[in-house]
Amino acid sequence: MKILVCISHVPDTTSKINFTNGDTQFDTNGVQFVINPNDEFGLTRAMWFKEKQGASVHVANVGGPETEPTLRKALAIGADEAIRINMNPTDGFSVAKQLAQVVKDGAYDLILAGRESIDYNGGMVPGMLAQLTGSNFVNTCIGLEVDGSNATAIREIDGGKETLKTTLPLVVGGQKGIVQESDLRIPNMRGIMQARTKPLHIKEPIAAAPETSVSQFEKPEPKGAVKLVDNVGDLVNLLHNEAKVI
Amino acid sequence: MSVLVYTESEGGTFKKIAHEAVSYAKGIADALGTTLTAVAINGENTSALGNFGASKVLEVKNEALKSFNAEGYADVVAQAAKKEGSQIIVLTSSANSKYLAPLVAVKLEAGYVPNVVGLPENNSPFKVKHHVFTNKAFAFTDINTDVKIVGLAKNAFGVKENPTTATVETFNPTVSTGHVEVVSVDKATDKVTIADAEIVVSGGRGLKGPENWGMIEELAKILGAATACSKPVSDMGWRPHSEHVGQTGKPVASNLYIAIGISGAIQHLAGINASKVKVVINNDPEAPFFKAADYGIVGDAFEVVPQLIEKLKEFKSQNA
Ligand SMILES: Cc1cc2nc3c(=O)[nH]c(=O)nc-3n(C[C@H](O)[C@H](O)[C@H](O)COP(=O)(O)OP(=O)(O)OC[C@H]3O[C@@H](n4cnc5c(N)ncnc54)[C@H](O)[C@@H]3O)c2cc1C
Ligand SMILES: Nc1ncnc2c1ncn2[C@@H]1O[C@H](COP(=O)(O)O)[C@@H](O)[C@H]1O
Repeated sequence: MKILVCISHVPDTTSKINFTNGDTQFDTNGVQFVINPNDEFGLTRAMWFKEKQGASVHVANVGGPETEPTLRKALAIGADEAIRINMNPTDGFSVAKQLAQVVKDGAYDLILAGRESIDYNGGMVPGMLAQLTGSNFVNTCIGLEVDGSNATAIREIDGGKETLKTTLPLVVGGQKGIVQESDLRIPNMRGIMQARTKPLHIKEPIAAAPETSVSQFEKPEPKGAVKLVDNVGDLVNLLHNEAKVI
Repeated sequence: MSVLVYTESEGGTFKKIAHEAVSYAKGIADALGTTLTAVAINGENTSALGNFGASKVLEVKNEALKSFNAEGYADVVAQAAKKEGSQIIVLTSSANSKYLAPLVAVKLEAGYVPNVVGLPENNSPFKVKHHVFTNKAFAFTDINTDVKIVGLAKNAFGVKENPTTATVETFNPTVSTGHVEVVSVDKATDKVTIADAEIVVSGGRGLKGPENWGMIEELAKILGAATACSKPVSDMGWRPHSEHVGQTGKPVASNLYIAIGISGAIQHLAGINASKVKVVINNDPEAPFFKAADYGIVGDAFEVVPQLIEKLKEFKSQNA
């Protein structure tokens, strides 16, 4: 089985979000970038398929040279090869187009992406990629087994979960649950050394015009001070008469 | 030319987000001087969508679409848009909407923006404001394609009545559903879900162990609320994954969010910030959550929560 894990390179979850150039650009100053958490769960599941079922695992990112440390980290965790499509990712559609080309060229059977990137929260690349490549698609996936060309997936739904049966080629939008938090791997020294010599292919993008463009950012209004109350009677009153939520 | 809105129902009954989506789509239709068509899959009493501004309903009745199927539902929405010549399609931010939107977008070569918080800022270029960085910021984004898909954020617009007479038309699109098949569903039907809830009661590591969730459940029950939890609580298996809220869990955009024994880490706050009113109960006055809250009680959850339950019982009996 050939697996492709799509890796989005995003600000660490603790980052303070700021903008520059008259609020038209994300300020990367002092920001630590990481593998998108939803993608790290998928990558970890891919390692399981590699070790238990002999799958080969490639990772891909659409981004500039600054994303290479993130790809190297994925190699250090255990991916075999990395691909970087050399393009500034401006919208979900143009990213999905690039990844669709990678999927076609590499004839991957299973494509593990994340439910959403925590930066732009698009949640659109996996579905678009599935539609563009004619693959089956399972979103908000919290469990995945593959047997030959058949797959069983568990999807989180509002208030529960459902079990789905489908076939490869398959695109998955994964999240916590596809592996557990405790399964995540921190690269060891040996992995980091090996990652230095593993292939990292750089490909030029195909033509694909973005469909959307961000013109401006804005930060939310600062919040007023909390009202501290001494007893629950006052709280119930305030929630009823002032906030009008009960 | 009319604006198209997809209306979500469960067991035939339209959800509140469906009414909100219709209200919002009517706002867009008015701004553009056009009419609004709703598409409904296996919904009942569909003409009532007129109450919120739809002047036409495309009614799909299809056994094969009884349970949600992204591929089949995307076929319906895309074909409805083509039939109506719609250039603007309104979806929501429900899990199902987010599942089918990218499929519809590719089928219609439409630009798609999710998590939109209000009516378009501008119609030409078509510009919308939406959440990014998990509620830590907003972006203003232009959609440059002829056909545009807008995913409305939950609770961002509200339900607005707009009495209109809706004509109901039977619609029979060709749908494919065979590639991803539902084998079984495991869902507690007697519980309010985080996605639908007006009120969410959430517990953190401060509750010490799963055996102490009885009072959280009881509080939720009195309020008609959904229960939720912080990430470590679900990582340790005290509560199911489906209750994990925050940046890497479920988003919460309820009217009221009550956080009990949760410190208020940045990753937690990001996911729940879209809630309108936040209440914090924590025994540490320095807990960061107090900075993000509207109301707070500094105190031991094991004392405060049982008292709160009693007070709410009194309140409910007086206001019943
Ligand atoms: C990549 C990444 C993603 C993450 N995503 C999420 C996410 O999506 N959601 C999320 O929640 N977290 C997330 N986290 C974890 C987050 O950083 C915090 O660790 C977590 O939110 C803390 O959970 P907590 O508040 O329940 O526990 P703690 O931080 O341990 O806080 C417990 C709180 O309970 C209070 N307390 C103790 N006893 C009592 C008592 N008797 N009565 C009242 N209060 C009491 C304490 O004062 C304290 O404030 C993420 C972390 C990382 C690194
Ligand atoms: N620039 C990118 N390069 C590679 N994969 C990406 C990129 N952007 C998004 N993805 C993948 O698509 C998923 C959803 O992203 P998004 O649609 O941006 O929320 C991510 O979790 C990644 O798996």
